[in-house]
Amino acid sequence: MALRHFGAAAAVALTVGLGASPALAVTEIQWWHAMTGANNDVIVKLASDFNASQTDYKVIPTYKGNYPDTMNAGIAAFRAGNAPHIMQVFEVGTATMMAATGAVKPVYKLMAETGEKFDPKAYLPAITGYYSTSKGEMLSFPFNSSSTVMWINLDELKKANVEIPKTWPEVFEAGKKLKAAGHDTCGFSGSWITWVNLEQLSAWHNVPLASKANGLDGFDTVLEFNGPLQVKHLENLVELQKTKVYDYAGRTNTGEGRFTSGECPIYLTSSAFFGNVKAQAKFNFTAVPMPYYPDAKGAPQNSIIGGASLWVMGGKPADDYKGVAKFLTFLSDTDRQVYIHKASGYLPITKAAYAKAKADGFYKDQPYLETPLLELTNKEPTENSRGLRLGNMVQLRDVWSEEIEQALAGKKTAKQALDAAVERGNTMLRQFEKTAVK
Amino acid sequence: MQKQAIFQSKLLPYALVAPQLAIVLIFFYWPALQAVIQSFLLQDAFGLSTSFVWFENYVELFKDPAYFAAVVRTFFFSFAIAISSLSFALLLAVMADKPLRGSMLYRTLLIWPYAVAPPVVGVLWIFMLHPSLGVISRYLRAAGVDWNPLLDGNQAAGLIILAAAWKQISYNFLFFLAGLQAIPKSVFEAAAIDGARPMRRFWTVTFPLLSPTIFFLLVVNIVYAFFDTFGIIDTMTRGGPGTSTVTLVYKVYSDGLLGGNLGSSAAQSVVLMIMVIVLTGIQFRFVERKVTY
Repeated sequence: MALRHFGAAAAVALTVGLGASPALAVTEIQWWHAMTGANNDVIVKLASDFNASQTDYKVIPTYKGNYPDTMNAGIAAFRAGNAPHIMQVFEVGTATMMAATGAVKPVYKLMAETGEKFDPKAYLPAITGYYSTSKGEMLSFPFNSSSTVMWINLDELKKANVEIPKTWPEVFEAGKKLKAAGHDTCGFSGSWITWVNLEQLSAWHNVPLASKANGLDGFDTVLEFNGPLQVKHLENLVELQKTKVYDYAGRTNTGEGRFTSGECPIYLTSSAFFGNVKAQAKFNFTAVPMPYYPDAKGAPQNSIIGGASLWVMGGKPADDYKGVAKFLTFLSDTDRQVYIHKASGYLPITKAAYAKAKADGFYKDQPYLETPLLELTNKEPTENSRGLRLGNMVQLRDVWSEEIEQALAGKKTAKQALDAAVERGNTMLRQFEKTAVK
Repeated sequence: MQKQAIFQSKLLPYALVAPQLAIVLIFFYWPALQAVIQSFLLQDAFGLSTSFVWFENYVELFKDPAYFAAVVRTFFFSFAIAISSLSFALLLAVMADKPLRGSMLYRTLLIWPYAVAPPVVGVLWIFMLHPSLGVISRYLRAAGVDWNPLLDGNQAAGLIILAAAWKQISYNFLFFLAGLQAIPKSVFEAAAIDGARPMRRFWTVTFPLLSPTIFFLLVVNIVYAFFDTFGIIDTMTRGGPGTSTVTLVYKVYSDGLLGGNLGSSAAQSVVLMIMVIVLTGIQFRFVERKVTY
C-alpha cells in the first residue's frame, strides 16, 4: 500500500513538474493499442492527424503487446488507478469489458454527456451490433473489424482443374482433388479453429452457439453448439484429417504461412490476412465467402465480425472525455474511414464510408476486399448471427480448441468432444456470472 | 577459525541484514500474502466486486479432475526433464573432463545455451520442429514419421521435454565438470592400479563421489521444470494439443490471466507454494543425510 502511494505521489510530482511547461493547455489522451507493422503506422497517422487538426487535445498512442497483453495491461493499470483513456480490446474481450460497469464508459453515454453529435444509425449494424447492448446502445467504438473468408490459390486450383467451391461438400471434393494433384499434406485448412468452425459456422447457418442470443441478452447464457450441424461438420473434418485432405493448422493464426507458401491452396481465415497475402503470395489469389451446407435451411445467413474495438475507460475528468468524444467523431469521418479501410484492409464502420469506397471503384480490381462486407450484410442479422458475448471468452476458446483437437486426434468422437466442450464451457460461464458485477 | 563475530551495538546486525530482509519482505512475503488473501476471494478481473468465500476456490479446485491431471503431468514432466538433462550433461562432462586439445573451447561452447532465455529456446525449437515451418520436421516426414505435434499430445509433450532439458544441460554440465575436477586424481589412479576398467571406475568411484552434486542438481532441475518451463510451453504449445502440455504453472497463468479467474489462480499458486516448501523440506530433512560424501 505504502509503495502504491509513493508511486502515486511520484506521478503527481512528475505531472506537476511537466505541467510547468507552456503546453499546459493541452489535455493528453492515452490510447493503448495492439497494432503492429503497417497497422501501427495507420494508428500513428490517425493520432498525429487528429493532433494537428486542433490544439486542445493530444492523443498519444502506445503499443502494449498483442491483444491479450494489451487487455491485461489495461486491467492491471485500472486496478492500480491509472488506466488509459482509450483501450483497444479484441472482440472476445467484449463481455469482460461490458461486465466491468464503472471501469468503462459506454460510448453512447460518453457522446450524450459531452454533447458530441452522434448518430448510431450511421454505422453498419452488422459491425456495431457486436459491441452494442440488446437495445442498440453502442458500448464500444468498433475500430478494426474483419470477418472469416475463404482464401483461394487460383493457380493451384486451375492446375488441379478445380472450380472455386461454394459449399462445404464442394470444398471437401476440391480438397481431395488437390491432394491427388500433389498437395498431399494439405488440401484445405484454416486458422482460428473455433472462430471459423464453431462461431462463424453457427452464425452462417443461423443456428445458436449459445442461448440468450449467443449471450447478448444476458450473462446467464448456456452453450448450445453441440447440435447436429456442428457435430456433422466436425465429423467431416475428423474424417478428412485422417488422409490430410484437411490438415489442422493450430488454434491461432500461426499456420497462415501454409497458404502463402502454396502448401494449402484453400484456407479459411480472417479477411485481415490480406496484407500478408498481398506481400508474400507468389500466385494469383482471391477471397470468397465461407462455404455452407446446402441442406441447412436458410444458409447462408450472415457472418459475424472479428477484430477489435475501442473502449473508453471510466473515472476520468470531464474535460478529458470531451477530447475522447472529439477523437471518436474524428475517426467516424467518411474520408478517414475510407482511408483506414484502404490502408489496413479492415472494414469501414459507417454506411457512408462503404458507399464511398464502392463509388470510388475500390472493389473493381480487388473484389475480394468486398467479400467480408457482403458476408456481413448478406441478410438481416438474427438472434444467432448478431454477434456473441461470452465471459472468459479467451479461455473458452482454448477449452473448445482442446476438445476439438482431441476429436481430430481420434481420441474422442466429434459428438463427445463438442459435448465436453459445451459442458466445460458452461462451468466457466457460471464462474464468470458469479464474479460479474450485477 | 573463529566463526562468531562480535558486534558492539545491538542494532548494527539488524541494520546490516535490513536491506536483505526488506527485499525478501517486499518481493516474497508481500506477494505471497496477497496470493493467500486473493485465494479466499471471488473477484472480477477489474477488482470492482469482491466477496469473501472462505475455501470455495480450493474446494472447486480439488473437485476439478483437470487439476489432478495437471499435477500428474507436471511431476512426469519434471522427472523426465531432470533425468534426461542430468544424464546427458553428465555424459558430456565426463567426456569434456579428459585432457583434450582445445577443451576450453568445448566447455565454453557447451555452457552457452544457458544464456538463452526460455521463450527464445521455444522459438528456436519451433523453427526446427514446427509441422509446417520446421526444418527437422521436413526430414521426419520424408522418413515416414507422421510428425504433427499440433495434434499428437505425446509428440508435443516430447517436444517440451526436449526443449526444456536441452536448455538445462549447460547448467548441469557446469556443475558436473566442477564436481569432477574436485575429485582427487589419486583416487582414480589407485582404482586403476587395482585393475578397475573405466566403466567400473566411473560407477564405483566417480559416481558416488559426485552424488552430492547429482542430488543438488536433481532438486534444482525439478524446481526448474516446475516453474521455468512456462516460457517454453507458452511459446511452443500454449498448453495444447488438448491439455497435454498444461502444467501447474501454465494453469495458474491461463486461469488467472486468460480466464480472469483470479481466485482459483491464487488458490493454485498457494498449493504450488506448499508443494515447493514440502520439496525443500524433504531435501533438507531426509534425503540430504543419505547422500554419501
